[in-house]
Amino acid sequence: MKSKNKNNPIILCVKDLKKYFPIRRGFFQKISGWVNAVDGVSFEIERGKTMGLVGESGCGKTTVARLILKLLALDEGKIIYQGIDISGFSEKEMKPHRKEMQIVFQDPFGSLNPRMTVGQSVEEGLRILGLKSHGMRKARLEKLMEMVGMSPDSTDRYPHEFSGGQRQRIGIARALSVEPSLIICDEPISALDVSIQAQIINLLKDLQDQLGLSYLFISHDLNVVGYLCNTIAVMYMGQVMEYASAEDIFDNPHHPYTRSLLAAVPDSEPGKKMEITLPKEDVPDSPAALQGCKYRSMCSMEAPRCRKEQVLFEKIGEKHFVRCWKAMKK
Amino acid sequence: MNLNETTVTKDFHVEAPLTPKRTRWEEFWLLFGQNRLAILGLLIFILFFCCAITGLFLTSGSKPIFDPSLVRLEEKLRPPFSKPNLDLLEPDQVPTLNFYLMGTDDLGRDVFARMLQGAWVSLTVGFVAVGISVLIGIFMGGIAGYFGQHYLKIDHILLTLLLVSGTGLIILDVIRFGAALLLLCLAYIVYAVLTRHRSKKKASPSWGAMFHINAVSVDTLIMRIVDIMLCFPSFFLILTVVAILPASIYNIMIVIGLTSWMGTTRFVRAEFLSLREQDFVAAAKALGIGNFRIIFRHMMPNAVAPVLVSATIGIASAILTEAGLSFLGFGVPPPHATWGNILSNGKNFIFDAPWLTFIPGITILIVVLSFNLFGEGLRDVLNPKLRERH
Ligand SMILES: Nc1ncnc2c1ncn2[C@@H]1O[C@H](COP(=O)(O)OP(=O)(O)OP(=O)(O)O)[C@@H](O)[C@H]1O
Ligand code: SF4
Ligand SMILES: [Mg+2]
Repeated sequence: MKSKNKNNPIILCVKDLKKYFPIRRGFFQKISGWVNAVDGVSFEIERGKTMGLVGESGCGKTTVARLILKLLALDEGKIIYQGIDISGFSEKEMKPHRKEMQIVFQDPFGSLNPRMTVGQSVEEGLRILGLKSHGMRKARLEKLMEMVGMSPDSTDRYPHEFSGGQRQRIGIARALSVEPSLIICDEPISALDVSIQAQIINLLKDLQDQLGLSYLFISHDLNVVGYLCNTIAVMYMGQVMEYASAEDIFDNPHHPYTRSLLAAVPDSEPGKKMEITLPKEDVPDSPAALQGCKYRSMCSMEAPRCRKEQVLFEKIGEKHFVRCWKAMKK
Repeated sequence: MNLNETTVTKDFHVEAPLTPKRTRWEEFWLLFGQNRLAILGLLIFILFFCCAITGLFLTSGSKPIFDPSLVRLEEKLRPPFSKPNLDLLEPDQVPTLNFYLMGTDDLGRDVFARMLQGAWVSLTVGFVAVGISVLIGIFMGGIAGYFGQHYLKIDHILLTLLLVSGTGLIILDVIRFGAALLLLCLAYIVYAVLTRHRSKKKASPSWGAMFHINAVSVDTLIMRIVDIMLCFPSFFLILTVVAILPASIYNIMIVIGLTSWMGTTRFVRAEFLSLREQDFVAAAKALGIGNFRIIFRHMMPNAVAPVLVSATIGIASAILTEAGLSFLGFGVPPPHATWGNILSNGKNFIFDAPWLTFIPGITILIVVLSFNLFGEGLRDVLNPKLRERH
């Protein structure tokens, strides 16, 4: 990996990120409401470390990933990459920084172009990297395929000839092709069999050791995140509820939601996919729910204060943040 | 945490692809081969193509092998396969095959030679017109699908209107007024470029801000143009335009092309709207690939299937339109033969010489039908749902 001149220990810092999607209705497509997809997300990722972002389905994890990559325009907040505030960057200003951050997607079937061979897909990145000659690209391509554990002769095949796990490896190779420092893994294993999941996780770990990569690892599976990550952010309905080191999250959780998640984690049962299921009526979507704590309709410790006040995301210890006033008092 | 220590093992083996290697091309032929009618359509299409190309060589030049415009007044309205009366003809008037394969018309011209000449006209009209319409369709549909959510500002629209009307006036020889309009445009562009950096920081003065209001989205604009174009009965639109323009085969191609791009635009836009949300496009963007390359290298190959189908069927309808125009006398000017004007000549003699009507009529029918069959076969093969079953 080429050496980065900026040796900021914090590779990515996200501050109070917000994104609202309009809901359009009727013939004139008038805006009739807003989905608060991301409504206050803050965290930091240290260089060479892994940060886990956990939360139930639909809580806005993918939206956070797309905001960080500037695939979506953010409404509020700051994204600071290696000390540079990229949140206001236009598409043109962003272009030279694109190489730095890459993404591996959840769906191995939609993430590769069906009309391009695997080699062509990965080579697109090598072109961006500036490898002009065909021979150089080819050599690098074979190296990349070897790194992700694919045979070099698979490069002239089409994605539909591969299994999900193999496609995920190809997706990783494509992300690595531009030599990024940070890779966002958006549930890279949740569409795979358990045995394949372990292989991909090991691959990610090996690559981190070899290349010094930093990861933002998104998952709904607290188990996997605990195994892989140094720090964890727990998200609920677009907000980070608790952010702490992995040990603190598991051994010293403060937020009621984190605790309920931990209670739902079955004690390491290989072969069984863990799911966090919540009763349906517990997902509030009335405007009243926007004031006060978003978790209050499910919280066992709910008090009148939770309804009235905006709950702030506050520090309660060394690198430990919680969005719950009761937890802070403890 | 002790995550699945049993399953997390260090197995870093090299993965090999699962399925045997079969290219998309092979798969295409496998599926296509099962559709008999489509194969028939393809064969007729190839035959037609060959006839048109050989026909071009056989009927053109100063001394063509088959002369489509040689008049033999003694040999009017001969039926197909009849022998020429050698006593009445000069030696160089004798037909090349020594008999009239498709008979002769009211001026004694060899219908076979005329049909050959007409085939080339039909072919070029079909392909060029559809080529024009597909290019416009891909361009408009691609922009509507990919940049659709961008808004046009009022000053953009005014600027375009000024530019277009200015150029139009210059073309129409109102040079002074046109040049004034163009100069106005230029002045505005210079002003806009100069003030661009300032306007980013400071809000523009209120009267100027009015011009920066978002007027319509690109998508709305293009799709409304499509709707408007579809409202015209296109055949009559073509008739009007052709009546104004000098009759020539190129004008006809261009006019047919310019009035038939709407279908392609809709297809491409719909494809692009769904492709744009796909992860591989997001990945391409995240890599830092430019918009142009994303549109043409990454998205377009995934959108060509419906375009190809509509283009094939479009060729059939362009051939039909050209025949209709020639039949009505607005088409390619005589003496050049086209299937439409052979048909139109023949209608006066439909009882005396029915072959003059039926030969071109049935040929048009067969060619148009074969294109439609081929197009529908293509659509079936390119349909991914059908593909799954094999
Ligand atoms: N383009 C969009 N327009 C409108 N709403 C959107 C859009 N993208 C996402 N949303 C909404 O934002 C919310 C968060 O979606 P997101 O995909 O980020 O969830 P997620 O946490 O990644 O879920 P999953 O675990 O299922 O992948 C959802 O309620 C979704 O409906
Ligand atoms: S703020 Fe109140 S409702 Fe929200 S998590 Fe804390 S105790 Fe529960
Ligand atoms: Mg997601």
